[in-house]
Amino acid sequence: MDCDDFEVRVGTDVQSIAEVAQSIAHFGDRYVRRLYTEHEVECCGGARVESAPGLAARFAAKEAMIKLLRVKDNDPGWKSIEVRRRPGGWCEISLGESARRLADEAGVTHLSMSMSHGAGVATATVVGLCQAGAGA
Amino acid sequence: MSPAEAEVRRVLAEHGGLPIEGADLDGDADLFDLGMTSHASVNVMLALEDSFDIEFPDEMLRKSTFESVNAISAALGELGAQAPIS
Repeated sequence: MDCDDFEVRVGTDVQSIAEVAQSIAHFGDRYVRRLYTEHEVECCGGARVESAPGLAARFAAKEAMIKLLRVKDNDPGWKSIEVRRRPGGWCEISLGESARRLADEAGVTHLSMSMSHGAGVATATVVGLCQAGAGA
Repeated sequence: MSPAEAEVRRVLAEHGGLPIEGADLDGDADLFDLGMTSHASVNVMLALEDSFDIEFPDEMLRKSTFESVNAISAALGELGAQAPIS
């Protein structure tokens, strides 16, 4: 494999935990249900204000993935990008139909991600390996 | 301005986190370029659902649906949303 055959893409985002907590408090279960998958909600402790740090990190991950895809119009739906927690504790990005289609168009072959939260904010970074020239 | 568009602008003023008044927004102005965050657009979406008593289908739950006053109005029109009775 020649390095010139591949391009590394990075997307990153930061999200206020207080904003997510406020949205949960204001809109309740509807806010959680419309943005996050059942697996994501379960991993964060349910649809409650106390889950805001984990949910904020997952929102940042969705945004980071959208940045990596470099789309403006026809962006994927929120739940089309899912953070999956593996038995070992680390997390991976899983793509649903609309996000998978965009990733295929961009030539994305591998994804890796990391999340963190503290000091009132959550952050996520997604790194993608893409076939060079795809989606130019 | 229709009652529905006036309500869209009111919701944007309350939930959009924009630096300018909803009434002063150009209909085609990109709200994200003006400073609305992706997360704020979710609040706008949920507040619109409350105001118009509708539910945006999953295929509309994307940033581009909420990128301008006119885009939001078009989406509401597609859903047959009626302006709330004040």
